[in-house]
Amino acid sequence: MRHLIFVVGTSFAALLASTPAWPAPAITSTTVELPAGDALFPGGPEADAINNNCLACHSADMVLNQPALPRSTWESEVHKMIKVYGAPVEDSDVPAIVDYLAKIKGSGQ
Amino acid sequence: MSQHFDHARFPALSRRAMLQALGVAGLTLAGSSVRADQSIRLPIAGEPRDRPITHDFPQKGSMILQRTRPPLLETPMEVFDRGVFTPNDQFYVRWHWAVIPTSVDADAFRLSVRGHVNQALSLSIGDLLRLPRVELAAVNQCSGNSRGFFLPRVPGAQWAHGAMGNAQWTGVLLKDVLDRAGVKPGAVQVRFNGLDEPVVPDAPDFRKSLDIDHARDGEVMIAFAMNGEQLPLLNGFPLRLIVPGWYSTYWVKMLSDIEVLDRQDDNYWMATAYTVPDTPHANIKPGQTGVKMVPISRMVPRSFFTNVADGASLPAGAVATIRGIAFGGDAGVAKVELSMDDGRTWQPATLGEDHGKYSFRRWQVDIPELTKGGHSLMVRCTNTAGDIQPAASNWNTSGFMRNVVETVQLTAI
Ligand code: HEC
Repeated sequence: MRHLIFVVGTSFAALLASTPAWPAPAITSTTVELPAGDALFPGGPEADAINNNCLACHSADMVLNQPALPRSTWESEVHKMIKVYGAPVEDSDVPAIVDYLAKIKGSGQ
Repeated sequence: MSQHFDHARFPALSRRAMLQALGVAGLTLAGSSVRADQSIRLPIAGEPRDRPITHDFPQKGSMILQRTRPPLLETPMEVFDRGVFTPNDQFYVRWHWAVIPTSVDADAFRLSVRGHVNQALSLSIGDLLRLPRVELAAVNQCSGNSRGFFLPRVPGAQWAHGAMGNAQWTGVLLKDVLDRAGVKPGAVQVRFNGLDEPVVPDAPDFRKSLDIDHARDGEVMIAFAMNGEQLPLLNGFPLRLIVPGWYSTYWVKMLSDIEVLDRQDDNYWMATAYTVPDTPHANIKPGQTGVKMVPISRMVPRSFFTNVADGASLPAGAVATIRGIAFGGDAGVAKVELSMDDGRTWQPATLGEDHGKYSFRRWQVDIPELTKGGHSLMVRCTNTAGDIQPAASNWNTSGFMRNVVETVQLTAI
């Protein structure tokens, strides 16, 4: 099925001699603004630990979109953030973060 | 009023400070938060199912908001009903790390080619525009597309089916670029890196690799346009790697660095993340351990309904046209079939125009008059290699490679 990719220079050699088969797409410099994604986890003081530790790399919404998961899964998620992604989390904050997640996103297992 | 993450209150975690420390140019931190005027209820396996519909992302229209920073934006299913190509402004978006340049100077941009080559290159966009140009229709699908349907549920982006899209990609062959650099004997893999960077130092930068033969197969491309226009920044402007038939994890966005390796790449994003059980359909039993894991690779066939959703009602006693899209994965679509009797018998769908083996293909079936009551419709695709969508869902801990036969329950009233 290689033929499905066609090289313009070969397929339209005659045309290409003077004008390309189609004009080169304009590639122009681009500047955009991205939404900040700085909303906090809900829950007031109960959410302090997660708000202090879990918002540097990604917004809260995706964590809040997670399904209910066993507490052990939340424990391993928090440790994954620390070990794999380098999340700067104080050891003493880990239980409060896991408690919070197990409370709002726990499957009771 | 909702509360906001106060970067000043947590100086150690201040995003601005970290970005500055990394010396990334052109980053801005916008003040606006996503405003959600509307929401959508996804048909995923459990709560939470509601997601905002957002219009707040640059160069993007209506999108399902899965995560604001870094953006995870899903394409609403109805977009796939409108045409075989997914419009750029509704093409899904998926980033891993939040340090994404928000400004890219097309004249200053350079793509480096280095490593196990005779001649390292630094190519401008102009240099690439002078190489032989190629064009290919291809589906880009996230490894975790449809993860939200996994049961038991698994962590990760809780996508419905919209972490996929089909575009006409224009660019140059990776092979042509590698040939200009001259790959030295003994090359094993080629590693790709983009302009995005981790938020904290020493965290694993997102990089992906292909075997050298795959990289030089004359199909893998470097695209500078999709659907005839430059790429939206969030889809990888100015350059994106196109790996036809393979999951999107390899389609590195904002491609800026190509490194030919004389060894196997063992970076985290190859060796640990994006690996699947080396079993049929990447399927294991929940809790099963000791399984050999391999990097995810080729896509598998899938098909979807696009003009009826699960739970929809149709008028009883009237004929209807049911339609959707299908793709073969790393092979073309051989056939699409519909079943109205829970998979006992299947009738062939009429296929739409063929845009090549890697593209979406539209399909449709005129169904007979439905009697009042509930009806279950199933659709399945068989690809030209003979692979067929399975009747049972696969399961793995990462929520990858879902391709079970899709079913919609309809009520005729
Ligand atoms: C140092 C950066 C960093 C910090 C801090 C961080 N994460 Fe993450 N997190 C990541 C990255 C990178 C991913 C993967 C992103 C992706 O796939 O888009 C991720 C993904 C996730 C996911 C999705 C599931 C998965 O495993 O990919 C969850 C849930 C999550 N993080 C929760 C947390 C929680 C809870 C905290 C606070 C303890 C936290 N994160 C702090 C970097 C971080």
